[in-house]
Amino acid sequence: MKKAILLLEDGFVLEAKSFGAEGETLGEVVFNTSMTGYQEILTDPSYKGQIVAMTYPLIGNYGTNPEDIESGRPWADGFIVKERSRIFSNWRGTVSLEDYLIKHRIVAAEGIDTRALTRRIRSSGAMRGVLSTRDFDTDSLKKKVMSWPVMVGRDLVRDVTCKQAYDWPGSETRKEFFVVAFDYGIKYNSLRLLDRAGCKVRIVPAATNAEEVLALKPDGVFLSNGPGDPAVLDYTIREIKKLIGKVPLFGICLGHQLLGHALGGKTYKLKFGHHGGNHPVMDLETRKVEITSQNHGFCVDMDSIKDKDAILTHVNLYDKTTEGLRHRKLPLFCVQYHPEAGPGPHDAGYLFGRFTEMMRTFKKRRGIRVP
Amino acid sequence: MPKRKDLKKIMIIGSGPIIISQACEFDYSGTQACKALREEGYKVVLVNSNPATIMTDPQFADATYIEPVTPEVVEKIIAKERPDALLPTLGGQTGLNVAVEVAKRGVLKKYKVEMIGADRKSIEKAEDRDLFKKAMQKIGLDLPRSINIKSMQEAKKAVEALGMPIVIRPSFTLGGTGGGIAFNTQEFEELVARGLEYSMIHEVLLEESVLGWKEFELEVMRDRKDNVVIICSIENFDPMGIHTGDSITVAPAQTLTDAEYQIMRDAAIRAIREIGVDTGGCNVQFAVDPRNGRMVMIEINPRVSRSSALASKATGFPIAKIAAKLAVGYTLDEIPNDITKETPASFEPAIDYCVVKIPRFTFEKFPGADTTLGTSMKSVGEAMAIGRTFKEALQKGLRSLETKRNGLDSVISAMEFDSPQHLREFVTKKLRQPHDTRIFYIGDALRIGMGTSEIHDVTGIDLWFLENIKEIVDFETSLKDAAVGSGADLKTRLTPPLLEEAKKMGFSDRQLAAIFSAKEDGIKELRKSDGIKTTYKLVDTCAAEFEAYTPYYYSTYETEDESRPGSKTKIMILGGGPNRIGQGIEFDYCCVHASFALKEAGFETIMVNCNPETVSTDYDTSDKLYFEPMTKEDVLNIVDKEKPWGVIVQLGGQTPLNLTLALKKAGVNIIGTSPESIDIAEDREKFKIMLDKLKLRQPPNGTARNFEDAKSVAGRIGYPVLVRPSYVLGGRAMEIVYDEDTLERFILEASRVSGEHPILIDKFLEDAVEVDVDMIADGETFVIGGIMEHIEEAGIHSGDSAMVLPPYSLSDEMINKIRQATVAMARELRVVGLMNVQYAVRDNKLYVLEVNPRASRTVPFVSKAIGVPLAKLAARVMAGAKLKDLGFTQERIPEYSSVKESVFPFNRFPGVDIMLGHEMKSTGEVMGIDDDLGRAYMKSQLAAGQNLPLRGTVFVSVRDKDKRSIIFIVKRLIDLGFNIIATQGTANALKKNGIKADSIHKVYEDRPNILDYVKDGKIHLIINTPSGRIPREDEVKIRSTAIMHGVPCITTISGAQASANAIEVLLKKDLDVTPLQAYHKKAIRNVEAKG
Repeated sequence: MKKAILLLEDGFVLEAKSFGAEGETLGEVVFNTSMTGYQEILTDPSYKGQIVAMTYPLIGNYGTNPEDIESGRPWADGFIVKERSRIFSNWRGTVSLEDYLIKHRIVAAEGIDTRALTRRIRSSGAMRGVLSTRDFDTDSLKKKVMSWPVMVGRDLVRDVTCKQAYDWPGSETRKEFFVVAFDYGIKYNSLRLLDRAGCKVRIVPAATNAEEVLALKPDGVFLSNGPGDPAVLDYTIREIKKLIGKVPLFGICLGHQLLGHALGGKTYKLKFGHHGGNHPVMDLETRKVEITSQNHGFCVDMDSIKDKDAILTHVNLYDKTTEGLRHRKLPLFCVQYHPEAGPGPHDAGYLFGRFTEMMRTFKKRRGIRVP
Repeated sequence: MPKRKDLKKIMIIGSGPIIISQACEFDYSGTQACKALREEGYKVVLVNSNPATIMTDPQFADATYIEPVTPEVVEKIIAKERPDALLPTLGGQTGLNVAVEVAKRGVLKKYKVEMIGADRKSIEKAEDRDLFKKAMQKIGLDLPRSINIKSMQEAKKAVEALGMPIVIRPSFTLGGTGGGIAFNTQEFEELVARGLEYSMIHEVLLEESVLGWKEFELEVMRDRKDNVVIICSIENFDPMGIHTGDSITVAPAQTLTDAEYQIMRDAAIRAIREIGVDTGGCNVQFAVDPRNGRMVMIEINPRVSRSSALASKATGFPIAKIAAKLAVGYTLDEIPNDITKETPASFEPAIDYCVVKIPRFTFEKFPGADTTLGTSMKSVGEAMAIGRTFKEALQKGLRSLETKRNGLDSVISAMEFDSPQHLREFVTKKLRQPHDTRIFYIGDALRIGMGTSEIHDVTGIDLWFLENIKEIVDFETSLKDAAVGSGADLKTRLTPPLLEEAKKMGFSDRQLAAIFSAKEDGIKELRKSDGIKTTYKLVDTCAAEFEAYTPYYYSTYETEDESRPGSKTKIMILGGGPNRIGQGIEFDYCCVHASFALKEAGFETIMVNCNPETVSTDYDTSDKLYFEPMTKEDVLNIVDKEKPWGVIVQLGGQTPLNLTLALKKAGVNIIGTSPESIDIAEDREKFKIMLDKLKLRQPPNGTARNFEDAKSVAGRIGYPVLVRPSYVLGGRAMEIVYDEDTLERFILEASRVSGEHPILIDKFLEDAVEVDVDMIADGETFVIGGIMEHIEEAGIHSGDSAMVLPPYSLSDEMINKIRQATVAMARELRVVGLMNVQYAVRDNKLYVLEVNPRASRTVPFVSKAIGVPLAKLAARVMAGAKLKDLGFTQERIPEYSSVKESVFPFNRFPGVDIMLGHEMKSTGEVMGIDDDLGRAYMKSQLAAGQNLPLRGTVFVSVRDKDKRSIIFIVKRLIDLGFNIIATQGTANALKKNGIKADSIHKVYEDRPNILDYVKDGKIHLIINTPSGRIPREDEVKIRSTAIMHGVPCITTISGAQASANAIEVLLKKDLDVTPLQAYHKKAIRNVEAKG
């Protein structure tokens, strides 16, 4: 087994064994507390630019399969586990995690005290790090890490968005709505759930301008999740601004942050972000708690949009951060977490229904105004 | 929503005695609930007949009723206490059944008591197979195909539709009693017949077999705002077909993808909503077809359970405590997570380790019992282990069992087989039939070259588990290669990387010592010199995402150690490990008390234990909890880390006591009575010298190391003799021997159990009265805790006999003699802490049978009877306090009577004889208290499930020797209105004395015989003393059949006498109920002991 080494920018070093592709990878090191769903996590484009450490120690047990994917390929820039399974055992499994990572050229390491790593990230915050199976010289690795860009200020959407628009194949059933989805790093499960909610979906590149979108006459526009810092995505924020009020909007994760910016607000970086499947979020309107899938490093500052008619709708019960908002008058709402799950609990799936409800209402109203 | 203000007083029903399928997990949950409710300002009324529970300590409830857990008694308590609400979900199946029965009888309506947590409707929906099926179908959940039957004819028709193998599940029973899987028509008919009998409503569900499917459990919680969370997922190592209580189980689930897991989660949530469990915890079981992923719902338990206790320990989420708070109106988001403090309980724990639970069996106690595992639970306890990998947790778990295994040891010797083919056949057979040690045969199967897929085909165990076991075995092979490698010294053979890897895989020092032909201490030294450190990690509910404030640790071999040894004076308390017969909740009770008392006195307490059912392993009990195997290696590792000022070994039973010498050798300060004194009490020769010095008598005796020695000792003192190993609890391998042939057989057995210690041989005193004494001392003051007179005569293990406090037949003079002897011995042994003495009294002579300078099984009973927490005082005394300062200097003799009765698991082992002897067989105990001894005894019988009849027919069959003494008893029974039926011999003897008795055929005579009468419900009480020391087959049949049909069966004359008394007093006046707190205020006579 080949050696691998993980080095964080604060000098924290752990030795490990390589079990994916060989090579060297740099990125922000984050931990994810989901006990299942590693394949969905790997293929979630929001992990672009990040090296993911799983806190659950035994990973790879059920292998990988052709169905549990959230995009066309894995995007995580590195993968760290305590112990990867030598075999996989599941009726749907087709390829071992190891082979999957090698095939997709993802550098991965096992044998790491992932709990120690997690505690380090918890106390120092998310940091840049390097995972290497080639260079074991800590000075050299440190240099590489320090010259790597920090997450704040990074536009990673460019790397993950689709190059041209396409239609989601979806099911054969009749669709009540036509939705345009901005692909900032969209997860298939959002598309699957939109489809299930009765939406025909066209996915468009992140930089598509508002006029083009409106020309498609959508019933609603979906703003997807995605990686990186929302604050630098001027080219998307500008277009979203133009859509506000003209068409119902539903944003998830990065889409939610971009909406926050489009409403005139700000985002800030969380210390180590939320990555997992067990965070409690309260819907402030129903006072009910849902267990949510989470994956974000930035957060909308509600104070910054207090006077913009934005209402806080969802709050994280762990740290009281913003998890969702809507506009007092205009048809738009968004959540920071992942109602599409994949991986994670399905508690918040009702939000897709809320979106179709909004489109239905909007459609009716528009019908009255423009006969 | 805030807590409910309309409720003031809440009643909790406990689960009664420890039985198979209902152990101390319900004390853990009940104690948590009592604490939680009182914290919220509610008055708590509790009923539980089990005195060894923490929940029945008077300070945990406002009114504690140590009374039988029956609908009649609960009704009386409700009438007296008038609670506003009844919380039925914390007392196991017993609590639930009794609550439903009370509701059915209209008691709750009559007294305006609201059932909170789960109401009768939802309980019935979950428990009644038919309603359950309908409910699940309504919400579109898949179930195994099934048909309900109420007769054999219906059953035969159903099996044609469902095919064989087929599952038989009786409705409304405990832990699947009477259930099973039938593979052929004969088995099918037997199981259906038994199931119909066992079911409280004579109903059996026949079900499509999902044998061999993967089995999963989810622990679910719901609040009144309909927020639902999953606390833990559990995957069973053993596939469907083995009761989950008898399965090795693993948390979290290992082989489900997220997509599959979420579907299961959704199903569980839908199910709990449909069943209508408003608030609290629920256990939901699923089976998954490994070939195609088809998921079916198996069952729901609408209450806290064994699995919820396990889930609580596995995650750090206190399910019972939260369930209690939800029941009074809080919602999950309003309750803080104790461990992180800042986050709420409305979340799903994320764990970053692997938890393995392994059941503990005691088949050796029940010769002839079927050791095959099925859908009826047979294990008596369990150990849980936590590791960073499954491999590590499994090996830690296996050495936690205390079955003389140090991990995944080999259990076969290849030498015994004449060919590899035979060996393979033998192992395959062992794999095919699930039994208590199958896990070890899996290791051996791999060692002899069987492949994981072959083992999978035979066992149905998932390949993922088998692969992990293979990795352990493969690594063991490389260790063995290294062991014979070049270089003589250990260090060159067992290189640092190899040693480190071995420790990470959970190999114990002992396993490594065996492989490398080294000493255990040598491996430890090597670990030290190589710098391979044991690291401790926290169980924190959140995978380190948040800071944790509760020091709940497990060991592993990783880079970072999170333990934070404090600077306070620390006392470490060693727990008792997995429950087994002979060592159970009583010792955990003592450990918990010690922790409470020492914490209060300002010490930092550290608990070490590996039993997930207990209160001791609640992270709330001690300042620190180490969830670790109770082995020398694991305990010393913690000692090295924490450096406690003192360690307590005398409260956790034999498990910690067995570590005494090793700990002392390692320089540990063992507080309390010195190890030397313990040794005097255990060492026959030294003990004899002491008794001679004190002029105390013991039965003539000697020690032996082999048969020759034994023969000469027996020759000297005369038969019958009592043979037993030293240093064991619960009468393991103890036997009364009447001749030389039998002696030879037992010496062999005893020497195996005894190991390096000698075998003890005593003259057996027939027909003596036995007496148990618990006392406490601080080296200066010596106080008797309680003197208990056994109801059964000598020869029956003290853990199995009924006892009465204070004594009822001994003269004051004899009692004084007992007092003096006890104090004299305690003084001589310089006892600091507790001491238990067993005496026999015959012909007005006092014999010392045994002295144990440690906590005994009766400490909780005595403490409850006299109203003094002996174990707490003992802990304080061990830590240096004086009894004078603690205010306990005089024996307290209550004016009321307390009876301890034992409870047996015979209904789990059909066909096994229920005769009692020197080998302890009871799983638990109950207590009956009353001003009148007869009524106290009656209560104890009711609580133990012996439903003594007040009218009807008594069957009498006694040995010749007892024929005289039975006459008086039978006369009284006739006076009380009973009919008597007897076998010919006994009937003749009765007739001679002018007593009319119908005679009946013996088992092998004509039909209808006594068995038919029992089965037809024509017999209401059986008095049957054994004919000889080897019971006749027909007697065994009668007794076993009686147990299976719930007919009380008395096997001793003294027991029959006590029962007749009890029946008589009950006929005069109905039982009434009184809380323990009221008894403790009653008149008590104080006596100063002088030695």
